[in-house]
Amino acid sequence: MNQGILVVNGLGKSYRLGLREQQANTFRDLLASWARAPLQRLRRLGEHDIAAEDAFWALKDVSFSVQPGEVVGIIGRNGAGKSTLLKILSRITEPTEGEVRLRGRVSSLLEVGTGFHPELTGRENIFLNGSILGMSRVEIRSKFDQIVAFSEIEKFLDTPVKRYSSGMYVRLAFAVAAHLEPEILIVDEVLAVGDIEFQKKCLGKMGEVAREGRTVIIVSHNMSAIQALCERAILLRTGRVVEDGRTPEVVRSYLKFLEKGASSAFVDNPERKSSGSVMLTGANMLDDQGFPISHPVSGQPLIFQFDYLNKNGTKQIDVVMTLFNHLGTAVSNFSTRVHGVRLSIDDSGSFYCAIPKLPLPMGDYRLAVALQVNGQNIDLIPNVLVFSVTVGDFFSTGLMPDIQYSTALIEHKWETTKEHIVASVTDGSL
Amino acid sequence: MSEMIIRPRKGWINIDWAELYRYRELLFFLTWRDILVRYKQTVLGVAWSVLQPVFMMVIFTVIFGRLAKIDSEGLPYAVYVYAGLLPWTFFSNAVSLSGLSLVNQQALLTKIYFPRLFVPTSIVGAGLVDLAISFLVYGVILAVYGIVPSAGIMWLPLLVVLTVLATLGFGYTLAALTVSYRDFRFLVPFMMQAMMYISPVVYPVTLVPERYHWLLALNPMTGIIGAFRSAVLGTPWNPTTLIVSTLVTLVLFVFGLFFFRRTERRFADIA
Repeated sequence: MNQGILVVNGLGKSYRLGLREQQANTFRDLLASWARAPLQRLRRLGEHDIAAEDAFWALKDVSFSVQPGEVVGIIGRNGAGKSTLLKILSRITEPTEGEVRLRGRVSSLLEVGTGFHPELTGRENIFLNGSILGMSRVEIRSKFDQIVAFSEIEKFLDTPVKRYSSGMYVRLAFAVAAHLEPEILIVDEVLAVGDIEFQKKCLGKMGEVAREGRTVIIVSHNMSAIQALCERAILLRTGRVVEDGRTPEVVRSYLKFLEKGASSAFVDNPERKSSGSVMLTGANMLDDQGFPISHPVSGQPLIFQFDYLNKNGTKQIDVVMTLFNHLGTAVSNFSTRVHGVRLSIDDSGSFYCAIPKLPLPMGDYRLAVALQVNGQNIDLIPNVLVFSVTVGDFFSTGLMPDIQYSTALIEHKWETTKEHIVASVTDGSL
Repeated sequence: MSEMIIRPRKGWINIDWAELYRYRELLFFLTWRDILVRYKQTVLGVAWSVLQPVFMMVIFTVIFGRLAKIDSEGLPYAVYVYAGLLPWTFFSNAVSLSGLSLVNQQALLTKIYFPRLFVPTSIVGAGLVDLAISFLVYGVILAVYGIVPSAGIMWLPLLVVLTVLATLGFGYTLAALTVSYRDFRFLVPFMMQAMMYISPVVYPVTLVPERYHWLLALNPMTGIIGAFRSAVLGTPWNPTTLIVSTLVTLVLFVFGLFFFRRTERRFADIA
């Protein structure tokens, strides 16, 4: 028998397909279906014995074991079963089969500020949230000052949290969570909140937790965070464990898989969220002559072309794009809004976005794009283009800086006299 | 080292008393939250818990006492009806709120584990504070009318416990049902209104022929309200209704507990 602090054995969770439609959502439906097929109805209410054919397995045959002090990252695409796994580990939902053995006090953080009540003050919420997260009153009281100091909101302690800025809210919420002392900590994507400085502080605190020998399970889309924190990663795909090993290797095969997925970015893309009104139908990269290219070059112009189909006569749209590097870190954001423009569209056609001088070092990238109307996403494709950038002569010197230390290429110049450097900045020769 | 096993469970599930005890502080905090939140940003604050039954008392006294001249067993109608409104207001408010409690706490249910039973229980706990305040007001009303409570008042704590059990029984059942069937959102307010008229809040149970008393007492509040009056005002006790209602209350409470537990594991999936 395995001696891990957390042992998952043959875990599976199934949902009935079309659960929402088929299940009686109103009492009238229940009565109606009872009238139609009383026996069948009773049988179904009794247990969820789900026939194999209409069951959807969000998680299937998942087994792994975690040793005390290990920090394990769970990665995978949306719908791979990460959240379901976390929910079972946190006892929010029950598995359909298999079991989990936990040897130690568990705390799970699926969101920051769980149970925060907007009408209550910061002070009151520290107690409420701490208690919901499993701290005793004595424990909260003894850590109260540390929590307040960590959150940097001393002045607003007696203000209802509904008056807090979102940054303050998150800081307070995370401060409470950061002072939990579980033996096993289960964390979801919570690192993706707050300002950059505070994120760093939280990452630091997380690292501290890990170094103290606590067992941590983290789910995240942020590959840099996963790589920074976890020595081991588990890759899930369609509810199954496909790889379990050292983080760098697992992250690499995940990204490779993402690339393959991009060829079908427009058809049957589970990551796509589309309202069906205006839809992207194609995406290409072009060079400065307007010819399609597959590998953009550092320092060269790059044009993105997007084809669309407009089904409901929408007149104007906003477009937002985010470019991610191979670690899943957002490198840059592109938006029609910052240019104060909206794109006027026809029933079908294309629009373009040009980058005069591609400031990216060699590497693999992913582009996410969202079409918006009135700030609402009407088509969102997180992996519309996945591409590799080739080495180019960005600095016109034939040389490149060490790409290991570069996320982006930034134009710069060196001088030894202040007048010269100031002049080169003001006359635009830089 | 403590070991916990998570595995699928089937059918009726036991109540995990040890766990409830372990989490007892959370019940305190949830109750405390419900009390704090209830009257935040209201101008009158806690006064509402006093005003509600007092308003009802005035309205009922005018309509049923003065106009309809309903018998109040020789007591001033206001005093008589308020004794019924005490347990009734507590019951109907707490049942309505706890019926909605799981749906309202959906965000919490899908993000963290804690004994789900605490969600409706904390609502009922918070209601007890209002009940206590209403009792104080009743003391004032009794003093104004120059009525001294009977010796039966020593049974009051037991009757409050019985009221709480009945409230929890209804609350657990309706909370679990409302998660699956949102119809109960609409049904519960209507149910409470109908129940008030079949409970002897505004009239004495003696208005109904005696052979039907047991039938009325299938509604737990029938026996409880009658007993409240007997305890405080010294009206004759009605053993039939009290015994039947007590039995129904106990059955309902146990059923509510287990029904809730049985449905509980699906809350996060369907909430």
